[in-house]
Amino acid sequence: MTKLQNAIIGGVRAVLGQVPASWLPGGTPDPLIDKRVALGGQQSRIDGPDKVRGAARFAAEVAMEDLLYAAFVHSTIARGRIADLDVSDAEAAPGVALVMTYRNAPRIGVPPPIGLTNLKAAGNHTLPILQDPEIHWNGQVVAVVLAETREQADHAASLVRVRYDAAPARTRFEEGKTSASMPESILVERNRLDKGNAGQKFAQAAVTIDGVYTTPWESHAPIEPHAATIAWRDGKLIVHDATQMIHATAGSFAKVFGLKAEDVHVSSPYVGGGFGAKALWDHQILGVAAAKLAGRPVRVALSRASMHRLIGGRTRTEQRVALAADADGKLTALLHHGYGVKPRHSVCDEGFSLTGRSLYACESFDIVQHNVELDLLANSFMRGPGETPGTFAIECAMDELAHALGMDPIELRRRNAATCDPVSGAPHSQSAMMEAYDLGAARIGWHRRAPRPCTRRDGEWWIGIGCATGTFPFTRMPGTSARITLDANGDAHVASAAQEMGMGTATVQRQHAADRLGLPLERVTVAIGDSRLPFASFAGGSSQTASLAAAISAASGKLAIQLMRLAGNDTPLAGLKPNEIEFAEGGLRSVEDPARHESFASILRRAGRGELSAIGESGAPLEVLKYSMHSTSAIFCELRVSEVTGEIRVDRLVGAFDCGRILNAKTAASQFKGGMIMGLGMALTEETLLDERTGRIMSTSLADYHVPVHLDVPDIDVLWTDIPDPRTPLGARGIGEIGTTGVAAAVANAVFNATGKRVRDLPLTLDKLF
Amino acid sequence: MTPLCYVRAGDRADALARVVNGARCLGGGTNLVDLLRQNVEQASELVDVSRLDGDVRESDGGELFIDAAVTNAALAAHPLVRRRYPVLARALLAGASAQIRNMATVGGNILQRTRCMYFYDVDGARCNKRQPGAGCDAREGFDRYHAILGASDQCVATHPSDMCVALAMLDAVVHLSGPGGDRSVPLTDLHVLPGATPQVETVLQPGELITGVELPPPSDAMVRSDYRKVRDRSSYAFAVVSVAGGLGLAEGRVREARIALGGVAAKPWRARRAEAALIGLAPTPEALLAAIREELADARPLSGNGFKIGLVERTVVAVLTTLAGARA
Repeated sequence: MTKLQNAIIGGVRAVLGQVPASWLPGGTPDPLIDKRVALGGQQSRIDGPDKVRGAARFAAEVAMEDLLYAAFVHSTIARGRIADLDVSDAEAAPGVALVMTYRNAPRIGVPPPIGLTNLKAAGNHTLPILQDPEIHWNGQVVAVVLAETREQADHAASLVRVRYDAAPARTRFEEGKTSASMPESILVERNRLDKGNAGQKFAQAAVTIDGVYTTPWESHAPIEPHAATIAWRDGKLIVHDATQMIHATAGSFAKVFGLKAEDVHVSSPYVGGGFGAKALWDHQILGVAAAKLAGRPVRVALSRASMHRLIGGRTRTEQRVALAADADGKLTALLHHGYGVKPRHSVCDEGFSLTGRSLYACESFDIVQHNVELDLLANSFMRGPGETPGTFAIECAMDELAHALGMDPIELRRRNAATCDPVSGAPHSQSAMMEAYDLGAARIGWHRRAPRPCTRRDGEWWIGIGCATGTFPFTRMPGTSARITLDANGDAHVASAAQEMGMGTATVQRQHAADRLGLPLERVTVAIGDSRLPFASFAGGSSQTASLAAAISAASGKLAIQLMRLAGNDTPLAGLKPNEIEFAEGGLRSVEDPARHESFASILRRAGRGELSAIGESGAPLEVLKYSMHSTSAIFCELRVSEVTGEIRVDRLVGAFDCGRILNAKTAASQFKGGMIMGLGMALTEETLLDERTGRIMSTSLADYHVPVHLDVPDIDVLWTDIPDPRTPLGARGIGEIGTTGVAAAVANAVFNATGKRVRDLPLTLDKLF
Repeated sequence: MTPLCYVRAGDRADALARVVNGARCLGGGTNLVDLLRQNVEQASELVDVSRLDGDVRESDGGELFIDAAVTNAALAAHPLVRRRYPVLARALLAGASAQIRNMATVGGNILQRTRCMYFYDVDGARCNKRQPGAGCDAREGFDRYHAILGASDQCVATHPSDMCVALAMLDAVVHLSGPGGDRSVPLTDLHVLPGATPQVETVLQPGELITGVELPPPSDAMVRSDYRKVRDRSSYAFAVVSVAGGLGLAEGRVREARIALGGVAAKPWRARRAEAALIGLAPTPEALLAAIREELADARPLSGNGFKIGLVERTVVAVLTTLAGARA
């Protein structure tokens, strides 16, 4: 974001402040907020049986004739250039069809960078891919080997010999801090926030705390490694990908390889976990280029090690948070300064400094974040980007402040809960953070928590309870569209190129479409996961459900008008205006007089139509510029810490969420729990081990990169306020990411309650407890 | 992985003949296959010995003889092991995951190699164990899992096995077969410290095969024994440190003490100095602490693992204090 964009967004916000709410999307609450039949219940995922049976085919399982398998050779230096490249042994190895290096790779462009302004762009970095001998990070691909089997490709890859001229590389965080840059904005927010003279208020405050919190680089570890099965047919490109951004990927392929949009087909019906990782990285581009060069289809399936070297993760941060409060615990100053690694070729902001701008009422703010520009793999999005590290710092600081005040941590939050946006003053669309706290406190049994640390123990184990707030903003993406087709039976078929990473996209939108159209569930189908379907934005930013819901809602409105047109005058509906009818009982009916009804099948039959379809689109999300739209949660943790070993064993997690209305109790609970488990990993074990001497990642397997195992995961209770947001489709806000936020702080705060030891550096490994 | 051929050994003689000709023995493959796939090791022939004899037998003298091909899971579940050598059953169950224990064999477990990340990074890191004389990137690197005892300038790696720590404590004897005939070696003498030759990890001679492990008849301290593994997550993680401990008491005083440590050296570390220091003393926390401190007097922590000294001290004291309080 540039200064100009800052000014434009600021201007739009100023104008929207004057615009009546009813003119904006969500101006009139969605009638489905209250009129729910299928929505809100426990619906199992419709893709579940196929996945359990192994019938669902993932990207690496798509059968294809004449397939070649790819293996990658990665650079072993962080910066410099290839001096010598010998591929002769690799080319002579059994089964090898192609060794592709910068010398023989097709000339291709840089994928357009992912962003909020170009929905057909998916690039995660701005570097040329295998176009020159330059090395920009340790692990960059320097050669691609294609062979008849994966084993042959791997073997041949080990025979490629590369000699480098290494150049001095910036790989050390502490050194990088000294020349860190300060971006103008973070995502769509102005970076620097200086309001109300925070420095002075901090100096004069009754109670203050001031701490530095650090979070490590984290790598993505979805169960399904990145994979693509790729074919060129008659100049057209077909990619079976594992992606959470189907059209953005297709658009990027078109751009990079100079193709017409209609000549690129991306299919991705199933994704084995996305979390921000399943985007466009070098492996798909290289696979497509290699398939073109070899003239044969190619399968790319990344090894875990290749994933660590090619797929960016959550970046390392160092955050200073200083809080000041009056004697009653009212916040008077919030200072949040920090550093996050963002290589110059990265396009992803880790907006950790945004967290403190929306959560609590406060008299003054002094907030800014800096980019540490190192020669590393581009950082990227990982579940709850920004807020996940941000809530660790802010919410540990709040716990420290509560301790300094001698106040219950929940009470401190109650006294500071924001009633509008604390910075802009914009009204909340809906916010009930303290209701979430009340629900969660009752469930965990907060009254059992000892106010003083080091009070409860069981043998060698200290016992503690902690809490923290989680938060994530509402986002709805423009451009997402959906087609609803009614068939001759009056059944509805929804189609959109939306993404399914296991969260239940089709399941929930089937519930939605059924209720929207007044049909029983079994008369609705939903097709997603293919670029030939109507355009959809990415599954990211917890935006997909709202975006797709808006598109289906818009399509249903168009459908109603078309149906009325077809119905003509020879119908019980004759004479009614669009705002006088509603969908019900498999057709349209009068709002005033339910007896005036005609079914879809009847209207189509009379009109001689076999089917009828309409496409609707999610419009510009102006509501997010007028309202402060954030979900919040209250996370609770009960755990034990061994005084012998320092090992932490989490006994219980409770998450109480205020995310608007919940659309499917079963898939939502699963999403929240999964997010919380990811937060648990961040709290306890996850850390990408970067050797700063070489810029090389050392933790490249699941044995070295520790995600939680089942035994680490306790009973998890999930609750929600279920209070509708009147400004969003279906009254719902996204739930995909908020589960991860706040968890690490809740764990760290519980550790403090148990042991009196304040650990500000993640992960909370046992050595840090002594 | 380089192209190789795989054969299943018909019997021990067949396996031995192949090993003499340069074949690598394959047990459960839970480590060797990884090493081959990542080109840490190369082999032209794998001879699968996992289907050779796989029994656990008790001798007339009370010894327990365990064939090399017995799986970790089967050994952990064996009634005699559970009753007489609980430390071994617990060490086995603390290792890896259920799936891996079902595959991994006793012989393979003993010969598994270090999990030092620099050892595994063939392309990007220097390692004297992989390539003698190349240098060691683990020093000043990520050395959290590395040695505090018995390391050298050339190598600071640790032996990762849980089972071997228990075997070291139990005075297990390893039976070998080779071109020169059969011999046996105490487990504590099987693995060697790195010195100037970290590529040499055991006293096995070329062509030798582990055929089994023998446990002595159980003493009091073997029966009254426990294994505690300290790790970064609750399962499927190698030990940061581990302690195998056993106590034999008479009239409230230590008659027999057995202590072995894991995660601290290139071999399972039998803490004989600590054991000797405890004989005749009441097993108070103070006495236990003094004894283990004596053992750790020579400890040389690296840049990132100094915490292991205190961790070993506290864990040893906790394990033995609990055993002292337990009924025999």
